[in-house]
Amino acid sequence: MQRLASAIVTLWLLATIVFLIVNVLPGDVGRKILGPFAPKEDVAAFNHRLGTDRTVIAQYLTSIRRVFTLDFGDSYQSGQKVTDIILPALFRSGKLALLAFVLTIPISIAAGIFAARRKDKFADRVVVNVGLASSSIPEFVTAAVLLSVFCVNWKLGEVFANPPAGTSVIGQFRYLLTPAMAMVIAYFGYIARMTRAGVIGGLQSDYARTATMKGLSKGTVMRSHILRNALAPTITVISVQVGYLFGGIIGVEKVFNYAGLGSTMLTAVGAKDIPVLQGAVLLVGIIYMMSTLLADLLIAYLNPRVRLEKTR
Amino acid sequence: MTLADAPVITAALEVRDLEVAYVVRGVDREVLRGVSFSIAPGEAYGLVGESGCGKSTTAYAAVRYLPDNGKILSGSIHVAGDDVIGMNAEQLRRFRATEASMVYQDPGASLNPSLRVGRQITECFTLLGQSKDEARRSSIAALARVRIAAPESVMDRYPFQLSGGMQQRVVIAMALACNPKLLVLDEPTTGLDATVEAEVLDLVRALRSESDAAILFIAHNLGVIRSMCDRVGVMYAGKIVEEGPSQAVFDDPKHPYTVGLLRSLPRHGIRKTDRALATIPGTLPLIGSALPTCVFVDRCPLASDVCRTEVPPVVQIGPAGDRYTRCHHADRIDDLEVESVTVDIAMLAASEHNPDVLELSHVSKTFRQRGNSIPALVDVDFTLAEGETLGIVGESGSGKSTLARTMLGIETLDQGGDMALDGAHLQGSTSQRSASEKRSMQMVFQNPDSALNRSWSVRRILVRCVTKLTGLKGEEANTRVEQLAAHLRLTPRHLDLKPRQLSGGLKQRVAIARAFAGDPRIVVCDEPTSALDVSVQAAILNLLADLQVEKRTSYLLITHDMGVVRYLADRIAVMYLGRIQEIGLTDDVFNGPHHPYTEALLSSVPSVDGEATLRIRLDGEIPTPANPPSGCVFHPRCPRAIEGVCEVTEPPLLEVAPGHSIRCHIPIEELRILQAK
Repeated sequence: MQRLASAIVTLWLLATIVFLIVNVLPGDVGRKILGPFAPKEDVAAFNHRLGTDRTVIAQYLTSIRRVFTLDFGDSYQSGQKVTDIILPALFRSGKLALLAFVLTIPISIAAGIFAARRKDKFADRVVVNVGLASSSIPEFVTAAVLLSVFCVNWKLGEVFANPPAGTSVIGQFRYLLTPAMAMVIAYFGYIARMTRAGVIGGLQSDYARTATMKGLSKGTVMRSHILRNALAPTITVISVQVGYLFGGIIGVEKVFNYAGLGSTMLTAVGAKDIPVLQGAVLLVGIIYMMSTLLADLLIAYLNPRVRLEKTR
Repeated sequence: MTLADAPVITAALEVRDLEVAYVVRGVDREVLRGVSFSIAPGEAYGLVGESGCGKSTTAYAAVRYLPDNGKILSGSIHVAGDDVIGMNAEQLRRFRATEASMVYQDPGASLNPSLRVGRQITECFTLLGQSKDEARRSSIAALARVRIAAPESVMDRYPFQLSGGMQQRVVIAMALACNPKLLVLDEPTTGLDATVEAEVLDLVRALRSESDAAILFIAHNLGVIRSMCDRVGVMYAGKIVEEGPSQAVFDDPKHPYTVGLLRSLPRHGIRKTDRALATIPGTLPLIGSALPTCVFVDRCPLASDVCRTEVPPVVQIGPAGDRYTRCHHADRIDDLEVESVTVDIAMLAASEHNPDVLELSHVSKTFRQRGNSIPALVDVDFTLAEGETLGIVGESGSGKSTLARTMLGIETLDQGGDMALDGAHLQGSTSQRSASEKRSMQMVFQNPDSALNRSWSVRRILVRCVTKLTGLKGEEANTRVEQLAAHLRLTPRHLDLKPRQLSGGLKQRVAIARAFAGDPRIVVCDEPTSALDVSVQAAILNLLADLQVEKRTSYLLITHDMGVVRYLADRIAVMYLGRIQEIGLTDDVFNGPHHPYTEALLSSVPSVDGEATLRIRLDGEIPTPANPPSGCVFHPRCPRAIEGVCEVTEPPLLEVAPGHSIRCHIPIEELRILQAK
């Protein structure tokens, strides 16, 4: 209940911030869309049709109403229904993001465990430093490098990530792998380091000592005793990363010319296309909130303390 | 032990010339320097000594669980004839699964917080090749064996849903699962309440008769070792300096270090008015430092030239051949004098005419949590006279800390109660108190590490306190700090060090200096010595006693250590579930007749003197204050409860003798008869 209330407040805040940002941008909606040579009257009529000639307050109220009815109206730019624009875009971005995550999570958790087991040894330093370096490079830079190396020089991937219509799932994989790799590199470091820290704590814990002294093998101690406790912070980090992911994806999509949510948002900002922008941002917001909720549930599942003390 | 007629007995644990080092920044720092001892099957062997002497390292080496930087340099370890040092990873795993087990300090942390108890126990049995069903049945039997009343329901619980005593039972059940040849107990009762400690020790004692496991018992509490172990080894700086039957060693020590340890304990009921506690001058040599021929020579009052030139021989004591000491002067042990630096404390303590500094009347504190009210302190009345020490004892959850926090104004007392400082009304909350009132009441905490800012020098810590409390600044503050330091026997050199560069005892001195910075009227000491070794504890207790005489400060001493409270306190208040159950002069409370709860607390303490104490045992655990029992709050656990009376009405706190009040329905005369038995 409390969660739902805070979700509503968050949505409202998001909508307001989007509205404010867009209204701070200079320029007139009608003029932007119709171009510099359109007659003044046409621009005015266009603005009137869109409702963008009304007061800021009125426009704000409309935009808030739209958020809570989940009907974002039509795009200023193309006249299409907003949902028809953003949902397919979201689907495409979702594919890319999912691929990136499916690759990142096991790789970085495995690397974190690997490093923790070899704490302060050479292999550990390599993982830590590679992780630090990779997460400090923005994903669009990595994307550009990967693009030129893998796709242009070595022809291993496609320069344009949009697969032609009708490409099979396996076929799409070839198109999406390189942009996904850019994101894997960006998110690998943080998750790996978080896992490493958690596992090191677990390895040094008293309960791991008890488990080892029972005569359990190292693998069993790790799997059935340490990971359960050590992964909680990692899960939180991953859920936060979902938000960053949808921020970072914009750059990657741009580099690979991928028609995802990121590109859609970029275009909408340029055109002051408030309904599209608002729809897209809210969608990302909802995804983010759902991922944190999922993370909390997962943590509660792993940690009985959280689970049982809340319901008491 | 009837081993005389047995042919060759393989020792359950045989340690020979064990040398262990920790690698610190690439350098080997030796911690064990040739440790040898053996334990027969079914025997309990205790290792005692102060922190850093190597007793835990010895225990962990025996099961090959040294930290990553620990390394066995030489020597041998055999458990039931098997060479532990030579084992590969798989052999070691099997050895731990079937031959050696361990019970640890802090049972809460030793159990996996996110797995059910049942899963953690059954694991031990599936390792031995049992099927799931068998393992479950065995686990329930194992829990029943450690006297857990409802094993099935405990199986389904998580560790945090169990009390400390129950958690430790679960750990013991797991340790005994494989019927080990060697059971290592590493401070198994440290940190548990006295009553819970007694319960766990009783259990271990009972289990010993059911198992032939050899026990290696590590504890810093000499009383626990005496009551649990057949033989004892006294360790100092990585060597066993004296070994023998525990009774003989504790009653008639033959090494100057053992003598020092035993004399620094407040025992035989001594009081600060009798004499100061003996201390061992100097500190333990640093790990890895080059040692002189005799490890103890720098701190030994008997040291002579030969101690510096020749390694002390192993001197056998008595005809039985079961005792030895490593000392050149074993024959001169009786020459060790009891130093007596007694200040005339008696003068201060005896004066009943001292004015009251603090008066609490009808002080209660109720916490509210989600609509429930939790009475943590109920109608507490007492006075604290100038220069007096009032000891507060009771199990955890009895309200001792809440009382201290309420006095200090960290918690605000409920309406209807009143506190007065030097006769003037005292506001409940710190924020409403005047600067001088705040200055008048200070606190010394249990753990000096967390009470001192670790990145500041001692000087800076103290200057800040002086400035905050007295308003002195600059050079004046500095002078004041130097005087203060001198008073607490801190040298100017110490002032420029950071807390982490100081030993535990010195850190606690700084913490005490901090409390005394503004010349307080009252100092609340919350377990001031429980994190310290006994010889350091002795020095701190002496210091507190001396400071009190000089400054006429009053102390509120919160402690679970009956020896400490008896030594330092003039009066004692016994608390249970937020209520004072008994209050009176120390001798009256200790000698009785006393409240049944006091009786239980006192009889749960294992004594290093080996005095036969009348043991009455408490059942169950301290109830939650949110839902206190009806009538007398102690009645569900009281061995002397009167049916039909105690569960109906709460008895008043009645004065049974001048200055001695007890909250009990049983008349004092009857208590006297009951407790005389």
